Amino acid sequence: MSESPIVLVQRPPTFDFMDELLGRNFPILTTHHTSSVPLLNSLSRHASSIRAVVNMGMLKIDADLLSHLPSLQLLVCTSVGTDHIDLSECKRRGISVANAGEAFSEDVADCAVGLLISLLRQIPAADRYVRSGKWAKSGEFQLGIKLSGKRVGILGLGTIGSLIAKRLDPFGCIISYNSTSQKQSIPYLYYPDVLSLAANNDVIVLCCALNDQTRHIVNREVMESLGKNGFIINVGRGGLIDEEELVKCLVDGVIGGAGLDVFEKEPRIPTELFGLDNVVLSPHAAMATPESLDNIAQLALANLKAFFSNQPLISPVRLD
Amino acid sequence: MESIGVLMMCPMSSYLENELQKRFNLVRFWNFPETHRNSIRAVVGNASTGADAELIDDLPKLEIISSFSVGIDKIDLGKCKEKGIRVTNTPDVLTEDVADLAIGLILALLRRLCECDSYVRSGKWKYGGFQLTTKFSGKSVGILGLGRIGTAIAKRADAFSCPVSYHSRRAKPDLGYKYYPTVLELAENSDIFVVACPLTDQTRGIVNRQVMDALGAKGVDEQELVKALTEGRLGGAALDVFEQEPHVPEELFQLENVVLLPHVGSSTVETENAMADLVVSNLEAHFAGKSLLTPVV
Repeated sequence: MSESPIVLVQRPPTFDFMDELLGRNFPILTTHHTSSVPLLNSLSRHASSIRAVVNMGMLKIDADLLSHLPSLQLLVCTSVGTDHIDLSECKRRGISVANAGEAFSEDVADCAVGLLISLLRQIPAADRYVRSGKWAKSGEFQLGIKLSGKRVGILGLGTIGSLIAKRLDPFGCIISYNSTSQKQSIPYLYYPDVLSLAANNDVIVLCCALNDQTRHIVNREVMESLGKNGFIINVGRGGLIDEEELVKCLVDGVIGGAGLDVFEKEPRIPTELFGLDNVVLSPHAAMATPESLDNIAQLALANLKAFFSNQPLISPVRLD
Repeated sequence: MESIGVLMMCPMSSYLENELQKRFNLVRFWNFPETHRNSIRAVVGNASTGADAELIDDLPKLEIISSFSVGIDKIDLGKCKEKGIRVTNTPDVLTEDVADLAIGLILALLRRLCECDSYVRSGKWKYGGFQLTTKFSGKSVGILGLGRIGTAIAKRADAFSCPVSYHSRRAKPDLGYKYYPTVLELAENSDIFVVACPLTDQTRGIVNRQVMDALGAKGVDEQELVKALTEGRLGGAALDVFEQEPHVPEELFQLENVVLLPHVGSSTVETENAMADLVVSNLEAHFAGKSLLTPVV
């Protein structure tokens, strides 16, 4: 197209599934660069015409980068989390922000439940036991832990948290939560803070946003409160847990175990976790299904179209 | 009651062994196979080791077989009826665990959770993301056998917005799920096929080649199942049970689209203890002349 590109699509090279769909609707430029300097270099003269960025690679959007994109008006994130975005700088510059909304909420909720059952019933370890031929040679595998009837505390009762609660309900799990807002309409028991949530539950499931208030919200004290028969499932962000302490608590049996889809410095993982039997690990894959990717592509397009026709965004992020 | 000989067929639960030892003269078949047959008045078996006609004939004083399982296909029920031998199993106490595991198997299979776990542990994640996996929510689930366990599975699948249908000996319209009159039709209309029926002469091999082809690449005659999986004609399988446990067809070990578990459907601390208590209670009731709690025969 001879038109100046107005949409910059930032994504890892293997994640180009949106290029064609977006390219049909807008003049786009694509990049795989994950830091400002090479990104801006590759943009060169186009930097000044970019009006929207679709951020799929979790590119850190800070004040410095924003200062080099003078025409930027809209930021579309393909994640729900926006901890990698300087939201106050966006607000200051009048830049609107959209996130993934509910595009992959079901898949993340499914994954959280899958991790929980896999953890308590030791599915990956049992699968390895059979494949290694040990069942025939060494006899019965060790006992797992019953899920039905367990008390499950959800940290962050947004869309994903609510879907997790809905799925665990027929398992007879007793659901409670801590969230930024306590609503009368919510049928579950509310705990005023994460410490009391941990003290009164067998499992805590983390699905809240990562921000200054929630960084390392699950710390040593919380894990001691959860106790040696307690379990953590994290499908939020690695930064919600003090990972160094988590590793110690897992190795020392301070908590019973953990099912983790996210880590503080992914894809670098503390290697102490690799030898543990009481963890189930997942490579940030909670939303990695064709349906979720299709949803996010459609949602990104819908947000772009809405914005450029002066309609309200489909999945806006509040900037205060 | 210490003089009552109870023959335990294989190691199945140390808690159960202790409880039986406290109350009866416990004989462990795997240590003393040539024991005094005349002293045995009760047999305790499990899902994989029961009591066939030969064993029953060998135990002239046998009065009751109390199985540490809900499945009783390894017990010659006909022979028991003929000789007036009572049989009990452990229904209900393990329903939730088995249903929980069924959902866990579906999620582990569709979302490749076992492979995800090895992927991270191997350090491969540093070099690239894992592949896309298959969404569970919203997929159609067909359940073969809508008994206690099948119903518990249906309730759980329902919460994932999965349309649930079933085939059973009789339709159960009160439950509100779609009924198919044949196994084949159920398979043709399901993305995920869950086998939750008892093994009987009528159900042996019920999931045959035809049924598997109907399921497609998207209980089973195990040889056919192995072929269907290795030849790519079936999308995947998550199995907790096998025809010749603990022997599993080794062709399955290399496959990515299977999850293989060593019959752990009811293997939690809580449930094994509840099952053991039920076995002991049934034996105590019998020898005290009281009604059995969970009789099958």
